[in-house]
Order: sequence, then C-alpha cells, then structure tokens
Amino acid sequence: MKKGNVLLAVKGLRVAVAGNEILKGVDVTIRDGEVHAIMGPNGSGKSTLAQVLAGHPAYTVLAGTVTYQGKNVLDMKPEERARAGVFLAFQYPVEIRGITNSYFLRSALNALRRERGEAELDPIDFLQFLEQKLKAIGLDDSMMNRPVNEGFSGGEKKRNEILQLAVLEPRLAILDETDSGLDIDALKTVAQAVNQLRNPERAFLIVTHYQRLLNYITPDVVHVLADGRIVKSGGPELAQELEARGYDWLRDGVMVS
Amino acid sequence: MAVKTGSVERLVGSYHAWASNGASRAPAWLTELRAGGIARFGDLGFPNMKQEAWRFTSVAPIAEGTFALAKAPTRVPTLDDIRPFLLLEAGPRLVFVDGFFQRSLSTPFLDDVQSLAHVVTHRQDLVRQHLGQYVATQDRPFAALNTAFVSDGAFVHVPAKATIAEPIQLLFLATGNQVVTHPRNLIVIEREARAAIVETYASLAQDVYWTNAVTEISAGDGARVDFHRVQRESSRAYHVAATQTHQGRDSTVNFHAVAFGGALARHDIGAVMAGPGGRLILNGLYLLDGAQHADHHTTIDHAADHCDSHEYFNGVLDGRSRGVFTGRIIVRPGAQKTDSKQTNNNLLLSGEAHADSQPQLEIYADDVKCTHGSTVGPLDPRALFYLCSRGVGEDDARRLLTYGFAAEILGRMEVAPLRAQLDAIVRGRLAQP
Repeated sequence: MKKGNVLLAVKGLRVAVAGNEILKGVDVTIRDGEVHAIMGPNGSGKSTLAQVLAGHPAYTVLAGTVTYQGKNVLDMKPEERARAGVFLAFQYPVEIRGITNSYFLRSALNALRRERGEAELDPIDFLQFLEQKLKAIGLDDSMMNRPVNEGFSGGEKKRNEILQLAVLEPRLAILDETDSGLDIDALKTVAQAVNQLRNPERAFLIVTHYQRLLNYITPDVVHVLADGRIVKSGGPELAQELEARGYDWLRDGVMVS
Repeated sequence: MAVKTGSVERLVGSYHAWASNGASRAPAWLTELRAGGIARFGDLGFPNMKQEAWRFTSVAPIAEGTFALAKAPTRVPTLDDIRPFLLLEAGPRLVFVDGFFQRSLSTPFLDDVQSLAHVVTHRQDLVRQHLGQYVATQDRPFAALNTAFVSDGAFVHVPAKATIAEPIQLLFLATGNQVVTHPRNLIVIEREARAAIVETYASLAQDVYWTNAVTEISAGDGARVDFHRVQRESSRAYHVAATQTHQGRDSTVNFHAVAFGGALARHDIGAVMAGPGGRLILNGLYLLDGAQHADHHTTIDHAADHCDSHEYFNGVLDGRSRGVFTGRIIVRPGAQKTDSKQTNNNLLLSGEAHADSQPQLEIYADDVKCTHGSTVGPLDPRALFYLCSRGVGEDDARRLLTYGFAAEILGRMEVAPLRAQLDAIVRGRLAQP
C-alpha cells in the first residue's frame, strides 16, 4: 500500500506538568489515514501526550517539536488546532450546564465552518446533518436535547465524544482512553463507530491502557509508552503480546524499536 | 431595634397627608388595613445591617433619599413606548405607569384581570378575603409600608376549574424621577384553576426612583400557577419587593424570577405550602454588572406533609456587583415526607464581583428529605478548554458557558412563548448570539 503524507510529526517532545517532567523525549510520526495505538502502564504519560497535542494549558513543553500538516502546532491555540482538524476525545468529558448537546455541536461545527469559509448551518439544516451522522455511527438522538454530558452515564459520555468526532470530521482524531470504564457492549458500539469513521483522509491516535479495544479496531502501528518514552513500536501483534505478557518486561528492559 | 430617621417620619407624614386626601373614600376595612401598615412601619423603621435578614444589604440609599409619592403621569406613554417591555403582543394585560393603571394601554378581562382599585369597589368581598392575608408585615417594614399605601396594582382572579389560556401580562413602568410607588398585586387562583402570569418592572429612562412592590398569590387546592417575574428596572433605581405565595392541597406553583435591573434590589420571596401534596418550583436568575447589588431572600415554609419544593437560583456577577442569596426552608412539625432541594450557584465573571450565599434549614419533622448546596466561582477552566478543543474561540466559549449558566434556569420555564422571550432578553444582556 502506498504510504500517505506525513500528517503529524512529534520529535523529541519533553513535557512537564506542575514542575514534573512527564514526557521525556517522544517521537511519533503519523501519516494520513493511519491508525496508531499508544499503549502503556498507568502514569506512563499517555494522556499527557493526548492533551498536549490538543493544547491543554496545564502542560509546559520543555523541548521538541510537533508539526501538523507542516505547521508548528505548539504555537497554535486549542481552538486553532481544532479548526485545523485536530480532535481530542476526552478521557473525562466535561459537563456543560444549560447548553444542550445539539446547541453545543452546532456552535462547534459553525466555528469550524466559519474558519473554512463555509456558510453556517441554521438549526434546521443542522438537525438534518446531525441525523445523518447519528445514523451513520448507529446512535439515536436521545442525548441531543440534554445538557452536554450532564447526568450522562460513562458509556453515554464516551459515545457523545465519538458523535462529536463524527460531526466535526477531523483529520486527526485522538482518543484518550475512550475505552476505559466501558462495558463490552458500549465498547463495541464505540469501536464500530470509530471503524465507520476510518478513512484514508483521517488518522487516529488511540491512547489505551487495555488491548481489548484493539480487538475491534485494528491499528496500523502500536507504540508502547513507558516512563515518558516510547520504548517499543510494532504492528497489531504487539498489542496481543502486551495483553499476554503485561508491561513489566518492557519497563525494565532495554529499549527496542 | 428600630432605626428612627427623619425619612421614617417623612414617610409617615406623607401617609397622613395622602390618607386624609386622595385615599379618604376607601371602605373602612381598607382604611384599617392601611392604618395597621403605617403603624407597623413607624414601629419598625428601616432595617439595618445588624438584623440577620439584612446582614448583607444596606438600605441607606433608600432611607436617606428623598422620594415623593408618585403622581399620575402627565404624559402617558404610547403603545410603541411600552412595546419593548411586553413579552407577548396579545392576551390579557394590565399596564401601570408610575403605579397608576392605564386603561388605554391595557386589555383587562372581565372583572378577573383588572386593576385592584377597580375591584376594591366591584368585588369587595373577594378582595377583602385575600388582600393582606398572605404577606407578613410583622417584621417587614417595606411590606408594611406598601400596605399603608395600598391603592392600586394588578388583580387576577381565576374561578374554580377555569383556565385562562393566554399568559397574563402585568407591566409596571416607571417614568418619574425621585418618586416612590407602592404597587400592590393580588392573584387568586381558585381550586383546580390554572393560569400563567408574567409581572414585569421596567423604566422608560435611566431614572432614580424607588419601587416598593408587594404581590400576594393564592393557589387553591389542585390549582396550577406559572408565575414569571422580570425585574428590569433602571440601573439607578431602587427596587424592594415581597412576593408571597400560599398553596392549597395538591397545588402547583412554578415561580420564576429573573432580575437584572436596579442599583439596589431586594426581593423577599415567601412560599407557604399549606396543604398536603403541594409542589413548588422556585427558580431564579440574577444577572448583575457595574455596582449593582441584588439580594434575594427566600423562605419556603413546609406547613403540610408530602410537599415538594425545588429551589434553584443562579447568579451571574460581573463588574463590582454583589449578589446575595438567602434560602430559608422551614419544615414544620408533622410536615412528613417533605422533599426539599435547594441550590444556589454563582458565577463570578470579574475579580471584583462578590456573592454571598446562605442556606438556612429549620427542620422540625423527622421523615423528610432536604438537601442544599451552593457554589461561588469563576468559569470552569476545564469546560473552557473542552469548548476551545472543539474549535470554539475563547471569548465565544466564555459567553457560551455564561449563557448556559443562565439557560439552565430559563430551561425550567414551561410556558414556551414566555421562555423564548426571556431567553432573547438574557441573550441580549449576555451578548450571546
């Protein structure tokens, strides 16, 4: 298969939060349409990587570069990254009181459309658009008129993140432990939705602690992050191996790539 | 401890001048009611900050100011003048200018939606049965003063089992400077009757004046009232008000209060759940800016068993404004199976804004569920990042979150056309497209 263009290049990325260095030199290259999984034990820095790519203000970049579509992402505000096509599905989606899901989605979509010079969607046009998206990823509209994430179950929150992904149509979708806290049925729903959204124009970076999500979403590349560094990269079979052997053999071992 | 000031004596003096002149033709029972009011006010004087109920609010600007009793307006506004303050084009409507009923701007409905002055003579027995029966003046100098000057205001009566389909609008418009009005409203919804009402206080210009309003609402057994109150006075005005509801068995009161006017505003909201099975939603929003000060003092009295009261007040405070919320809940002995929930959330949009929130629960029954919670703080940075990560710019995200804070309250309003209008007003105020 012909390799796509480089979409995201992370080089020598070192990141601290509250004075603690979490990422100690991370290198990842993602090409158009590729699905990468980042696995690793708790505290390895997986979520930090996801959040830094989205521009979370709590993190300080100490060194390294992050280039997205040839542009320096680290100079961009979170909203600029989003408008350029970067999307983060949150591990802990935030409740937004008083704002219904559909109002929120329309506001976000229109912010992106304005950026692209497209006409904003009015509520009626948006509803039609939304119905198509819901249908495509197999969700119903029961969450649409409720305040964003408020009172949502764990599974509903994660499905809602995937719905946002479907509506906002990013070029790079980062899933931060989207599988955590899901029962097997909810996991399958989320995985099926992600598979629906896979296409040659859209890359995924899937951060996960467990291998089970990767039973349903087959990645192109699997990376193991341990103590702030990528200690091993490989194909989908690496995920199986981690499931069988755990992380300890890598944590203490020699770096292999 | 009463605070005697020159202005208390002036007000008492102006009462006597008024009572012996314009108000002298009132029926004896009304004269007696008024006399009781002024005597009580004379005893109490203006409240001071040493009193628990007034800890956070000084009424010095009112006590030390000079406000003449408002006279009938020399120039009556036109329908075009008042249109910006009407939430609905049609339906029953009572309009008062500087406290005086304006028949030309109003659309009364029979003797059921009428000026109080009219029904005091035409439906004397009914008025007498209810007027002054619900609002306590014992320890409330402003309500006592209002009672002394009872002359006109809105009267709404819905007979048993009747429904007034369209929302009823009551508009109190100020046009004067350095004047005081004492609007007095009486709303009687008889058993199993139903009505939706919106009461608005507004002004044509940014004048300095004092509104001292009292509204009494009686909901009979099985009645339902959707009551909306919009306080959008001049930002230089003083607004003091007491609204008292009284609920019979299995009745429902949905009470919505939106306040964003006044330099100084104090609203006492009292609710008595007098019969079993009553339901009350007390839902409030205050949006303040500049040096505005708004104090909501609420008292829900569970006097009967099996009643639910859900109270939600949100405050959005910008500039150097100050919001005060007191939520007193009394559960009387025997008021078993009470389900009472209270929340007060305050959003501080500026470092100089300030909010005080104090719940006061007095529970004398043992089989009850009472919860309360309050928050004071800035916008949630996690929510801001969440919105920005979806492509919403930071300023837009702030506005959206602020609007959401207000919309949470508006969302509980079930009368759709009123909710839509109030939503538009709040959006305008918060610059949310």
